[in-house]
Amino acid sequence: MASKPTTLYEKIWNAHVVERRDDGTCLIYIDRHLVHEVTSPQAFEALRMSGRTVRRPELTLAVPDHNLPTTARLDAAGHRLPIADKESAQQLAALEQNAPQFGIRYIGATDREQGIVHVVGPEQGFSLPGATIVCGDSHTACHGGVGALAFGIGTSEVEHVLATQTLLLKQSKAMEVKVTGALGPGVTAKDLILHIIGVIGTAGGTGHVIEFRGPAFEAMSIESRLTVCNMAIEGGARAGLIAPDETTISYIKGRPYAPKGADWDKAVEWWRTLRTDAGATFDKSVTIDAATVEPTVTWGTSPEDTAPIGGTVPAPESFADPSKQEAARASLAYMGLEPGQKLSEVEVQNVFIGSCTNSRIEDLRAAAAVLKGRTKAANVKWAIVVPGSGLVKAQAEAEGLDKVFIAAGLEWREPGCSACLGMNPDKVPAGERCASTSNRNFVGRQGPGSRTHLVSPAMAAAAAVTGRLTDVRELVG
Amino acid sequence: MEPVRTVEGRAIPFGRKNIDTDVIIPAHWLKTISREGLGKGAFETIRTDPDNIFDSAEFAGSPILVAGDNFGCGSSREHAAWALLDLGIKAVIAPSFSDIFSGNAFKNGILTVVLPQEQVDRLLEVARTEPVTIDLETQTVTTPFQDRFSFEIDPFRKHCLLEGLDEVGLTLARDAQIAAYEARASTDMPWFAKGTALKDTGIPA
Repeated sequence: MASKPTTLYEKIWNAHVVERRDDGTCLIYIDRHLVHEVTSPQAFEALRMSGRTVRRPELTLAVPDHNLPTTARLDAAGHRLPIADKESAQQLAALEQNAPQFGIRYIGATDREQGIVHVVGPEQGFSLPGATIVCGDSHTACHGGVGALAFGIGTSEVEHVLATQTLLLKQSKAMEVKVTGALGPGVTAKDLILHIIGVIGTAGGTGHVIEFRGPAFEAMSIESRLTVCNMAIEGGARAGLIAPDETTISYIKGRPYAPKGADWDKAVEWWRTLRTDAGATFDKSVTIDAATVEPTVTWGTSPEDTAPIGGTVPAPESFADPSKQEAARASLAYMGLEPGQKLSEVEVQNVFIGSCTNSRIEDLRAAAAVLKGRTKAANVKWAIVVPGSGLVKAQAEAEGLDKVFIAAGLEWREPGCSACLGMNPDKVPAGERCASTSNRNFVGRQGPGSRTHLVSPAMAAAAAVTGRLTDVRELVG
Repeated sequence: MEPVRTVEGRAIPFGRKNIDTDVIIPAHWLKTISREGLGKGAFETIRTDPDNIFDSAEFAGSPILVAGDNFGCGSSREHAAWALLDLGIKAVIAPSFSDIFSGNAFKNGILTVVLPQEQVDRLLEVARTEPVTIDLETQTVTTPFQDRFSFEIDPFRKHCLLEGLDEVGLTLARDAQIAAYEARASTDMPWFAKGTALKDTGIPA
């Protein structure tokens, strides 16, 4: 009997069912668990209090990223510099103690492999196609870029995974975002995902797992696919994924935790079957023509508040939904923008290139290509480039990208989450704007009163050069 | 976990849509290694307004929050649930919740009640002056004005909330089933089992 055509999501789900309950809830096995300092202390504490152990310590990898300052971590003599913020220091120390105490591999703040969990996982070959991957961080959706089913969890679930290596879950609905055609020159994965979120809204994917399909995604590097899936959560979907293909397989091959020998051959064989069958149905489907996507920026305080760089700030009355009108009015007041204002005339005082969305080598190359031989505008007071990991940093330095950034007047930092969220010293001052390659433009996200405009790395670099939101295509042909 | 059967009392008529977790508890409050004391930071940006509803004499300490669509969107921080609990909130009523937030709320014994927008609108009006009662057993929300709204809840979640069950303990009791899966997977998908036990050097250029 021919089996029913299934989606990629269903295939990964079905391969991980430990037990199916009568009510449809499933106990799902978790292949990979990433842990950082912010959402794990209470989970380890709960294990300790109940006398529980970690079931499979080798399936969890711990690395600090959120709180870690991105300034030098060692002094001239090679000693670790203290972390000024006491609470951050305490949280970081807790992870450093908890991981070895529970037998978990820990990448330390001064190790070469340290970086943002969502950069480190794929880079180390820890995140694999077809795997179920979780982390106490909503941007875990990122790992869908290698064809994994990856999603963020809360601290109680972190505890549940540590103790049982499973999660009790209800299967989500399947949604497809199909992008036909090819992206135009100067239009990147970031522009595309911002555009998609603008179309579906921040609740468009709620209750769903999104599969991104079509030639635009097939043509992308793994770095770009990670950028797309990273922001699935901003579209309300707990996970986003792209079917693994030969690009994925050659990306994974040879990485430290990638399978080896006979395991590798067997894994590749299975990965090649991981695609949505012809005739499989999705609960929701959205189609977008890649040719209509322009370099995209956000104007408001929700990631769905997107517009092409050639556009203007919308009038709140232009939205049909009264509550969206009200939200837009509040957004514009917070952002200090007027309806009808040209986005390309909005001045920025800060530029942030980094975060789990855009801090990989390809992102840094794209920014450097724009900045080479140029310098930042006088009105840009603070511009930083924060590589996603120590290995990305080393690669960028081997290519001389750090010199390009420094010559252009940007700062070159140590890896971490940095100015994506106001948890470490990298913050945007109140009332000032930041062209940021991160993923959230929420009120206060980059520091109290900060005003965020989400953009691609090339667009952030262009904004650094002109001191305003700028169509990068005007700078590079 | 304490069993939850009914939640009754004043309900904060908040109503705003798309309240993200950065609004519920800003990131700088996440540096704690404990679950306690986060109520001080709950809705911090809203509470800078001296006339905010959370600190009003009438609504401070209310056990129910009535919110708008897509409540709890954004990050996975469970601190959002801990902050609400610390503020005294034991149930949130809204037209929809983000998936991660409703999971976190449930795991902390906070009841998330989904009602259609028009019923939420009615509660927002009633709550200004009157208390609201949520009965989990009968899955209803009632007001002193004879309003009676039914809501759906996952039967497993309902059972856990009513009995105050610890999910980790429940799953640990399924050890044999988990071990059987692991045995199966070690044959079918052996490459997943090694994890960080797989040692190697360097990473390709």
